[in-house]
Amino acid sequence: MANPRGELPAWVDIGLIPLLNLFIALLFAGLVVLIIGENPLEAMWIMLKGAVGSLKGWGYLLYYATNFVFTGLAVAVAFHAGLFNIGGEGQAYIAGLGAAIVGLGLEVLPWPVVIPLAILAAMLFGAFWAWIPGYLQARRGSHIVITTIMFNFIAGSLMIYLIKDYFRPLGKMAVESREITGAYILSFREIAMQFFDLRLPSTPLNLTVFLAALAAWAVWYLLWRTELGYEIRAVGANPAAAIYAGIKTDRIIMITMAISGGLAGLMAVNEVLGVQHRLLLEFVGGSGFVGIAVALMGRSHPIGIVLSAMLFGLLYQGGTELSFAKPLISRDMIVVIQGLVILFMGALEYAFRPALARIFVRVED
Amino acid sequence: MTPAIELIGIDKRFGAVHANKDVTLSIGQGSIHGIIGENGAGKSTLMSILFGFYSADKGEIKIKGQPVRIKSSSDAISHGIGMVHQHFMLVDPFTVLENIVLGVEGGNLIGPALEKARQELTRLARDYELEVDPDAIVGELPVGLQQRVEILKALFKGAETLILDEPTGVLTPDEADHLFRILGQLRDQGKTVILITHKLREIMAITDHVSVMRRGAMVATRETKHTSVEELAELMVGRHVLLHVEKAKARPGQVVLEVKNLTWKDHKGTVRVDNVSFNVRAGEIVGIAGVSGNGQSEILELISGISKPASGQIIFEGKDIGVLGDPRHVREEGLAHVPEDRQHRGLIASFDASESVILGWHYDEALGKGFRLDREAVVKRCKAEMQEFDVRPADPLLMSGKFSGGNQQKIILAREIGRDPDLLIVGQPTRGVDIGAIEFIHKRLIALRDQGKAVLLVSVELDEIRSLSDRILVMFAGRIMGERDSSADERELGLLMAGVSKDAA
Repeated sequence: MANPRGELPAWVDIGLIPLLNLFIALLFAGLVVLIIGENPLEAMWIMLKGAVGSLKGWGYLLYYATNFVFTGLAVAVAFHAGLFNIGGEGQAYIAGLGAAIVGLGLEVLPWPVVIPLAILAAMLFGAFWAWIPGYLQARRGSHIVITTIMFNFIAGSLMIYLIKDYFRPLGKMAVESREITGAYILSFREIAMQFFDLRLPSTPLNLTVFLAALAAWAVWYLLWRTELGYEIRAVGANPAAAIYAGIKTDRIIMITMAISGGLAGLMAVNEVLGVQHRLLLEFVGGSGFVGIAVALMGRSHPIGIVLSAMLFGLLYQGGTELSFAKPLISRDMIVVIQGLVILFMGALEYAFRPALARIFVRVED
Repeated sequence: MTPAIELIGIDKRFGAVHANKDVTLSIGQGSIHGIIGENGAGKSTLMSILFGFYSADKGEIKIKGQPVRIKSSSDAISHGIGMVHQHFMLVDPFTVLENIVLGVEGGNLIGPALEKARQELTRLARDYELEVDPDAIVGELPVGLQQRVEILKALFKGAETLILDEPTGVLTPDEADHLFRILGQLRDQGKTVILITHKLREIMAITDHVSVMRRGAMVATRETKHTSVEELAELMVGRHVLLHVEKAKARPGQVVLEVKNLTWKDHKGTVRVDNVSFNVRAGEIVGIAGVSGNGQSEILELISGISKPASGQIIFEGKDIGVLGDPRHVREEGLAHVPEDRQHRGLIASFDASESVILGWHYDEALGKGFRLDREAVVKRCKAEMQEFDVRPADPLLMSGKFSGGNQQKIILAREIGRDPDLLIVGQPTRGVDIGAIEFIHKRLIALRDQGKAVLLVSVELDEIRSLSDRILVMFAGRIMGERDSSADERELGLLMAGVSKDAA
């Protein structure tokens, strides 16, 4: 029957509405800044300049975005199967274990062998950590939202134990592994220096950013160009129809969770192999949760996820700069802005849609 | 005499959808007024406006000549309008009395209200032949009685005008006759009844006046005794339609499907399919009639492999497919299934048409080698099938949910028949489908039969079963009550549907 939401042109749905929501989120953020006693326009300018006004800003922005693309894709793939994977944080954390075991343990082998193996290990460890909740939902009926949250805590405790008791070199105070010296992923700064004799500012941006782009393409291909992707989307959109079609939903739930965990695991590649070159406590630092916001905002589409990951990268980097420049505004401000963005783009995604629909219908008449 | 209800120039839009276009309707006091129209014609929207669920963009409502504003259903009730919804609005664990006082408890203590309701109920039961045990738990009552509770609820709240939305969809012919008797009594006592339906037969049987809606507009109002089924059908569709299915005599061949002692229990252990045996031959249509919820849906799911039998065999072309319990294997054996619930099972509303057209066959090598899915091949197949089955609009990229019911059904039929199956099992092929598409779908099913294929048809529409089937099985409470041929009369089938078997007596 009649659709009370009405029809809107596609560019309004995927262009105008997100931009409008973003604008309103920033408006509210500006109000908060105003209440703190700073000039919102100036704050906005500092943020923008800090993130995109210099090569260093861009380096950090893209480094953050790399993490968020992985965790965002992880959430999105699960979303397409109707699963809400809140466990990206824990899956990425456990994946770090895989990367570190291979990176440290196979150091004797040449790096072109070790790095692919370490990446694979990270994906497998992340996939395994997500597969367990998938199995529990498919075969034992426990809800994935609950189990993935619990698995974040289990991962946290397990990693403290393992890093403290097994990875920490004797006599060292810091709870972290020794450095991976033989096989790590080159940063842009090192590449520029070694191959082009160029001096770039020091940023954590490394070659993993290309892996993120590849992952985004691969997720698109998987979901919209393969039989498995079709089955994943069918299970998510209409499980009854999927069963009718002979798709084994249990199997798809477990496979999808493993893929999701594998993607979250790639985030560890960026941190452990690309930036820190060691396994350390809490290296995920909330990226798993940001991935949820990124996927929501990016409408679970890889292109949207890349764009929203960059927006969050901008907020992170700009926010850091802002907290340096304006001591009144702490780094927590980013969390506030992030929260507002999630509120307006996720929870209130369609708040302005009816009004826009009315305007457009009137225009068309 | 002033009309009971007047709707003047009602106009309503949902976004770009113009659901009601300047609708004017006048309903006489103490009459039964039918409103017919295809799905999406705007009948439900119009009644929802009258009952206060939606507010009209333009237009006026008058009750007994007085202009009124109805902003909510409680406004409507206070103006003496009651509505019996297609899906009942009852609290299952409550008793009949508790349901009736719901919303009019009148204070913190419920005792006095219940006492008053009990007296009122006795009076209503006497006046209108509406007997129900006031202390029965509603959830344990058969649907026919639940509907009676809905009517009582409305009358208890002082309804002078009663709107019934597709009231016979869940009733046996016998129960429907009883309902019509009740409606007749209500009219004779001066109440006004508005009956929304798509069944022309009911309109002819019970109404005094009938209004026809098409695409949001009111196209005609007739006095029922001065119109005919043919005229109404033509008004609904906007062109001449064939109401009777033309078909030659069946030439049944070999047995294609043999169901033996099939039994199935739900997760609570209740037997829903009870020792059912029947067969379907090539070149015939076997219809399963019955009120919905008597095990027909379960039979479809068992045969198609969605659920596994508790005991018994399903032998398809000599092979027991019951043990497979896997829709994919069953389909590959040459059995196609058009599910009862189009939206819920047959297609995926958020997928585009081309993706719904390959549901169940998405792994076909012709649609991309190995693990790949070739978009171009998928769209090409969809285009071909849309053309073959006259799907409109023929746009493979349009979301499946945006097609009309009839066109969605054509997409599913195209997919299932397109694979040249030996047996087609089809549930409610024309539920929620417009008359034009019904004609088309019926013709395709007959054509399939004439090609020598076997067809098993499940439908709650007795007319459909009777006009299409070569043999008719009637189900009640999970069992087959009897088999009749297509010449069986409606009364006899109706009795079987209600569980009364002459064979047993």
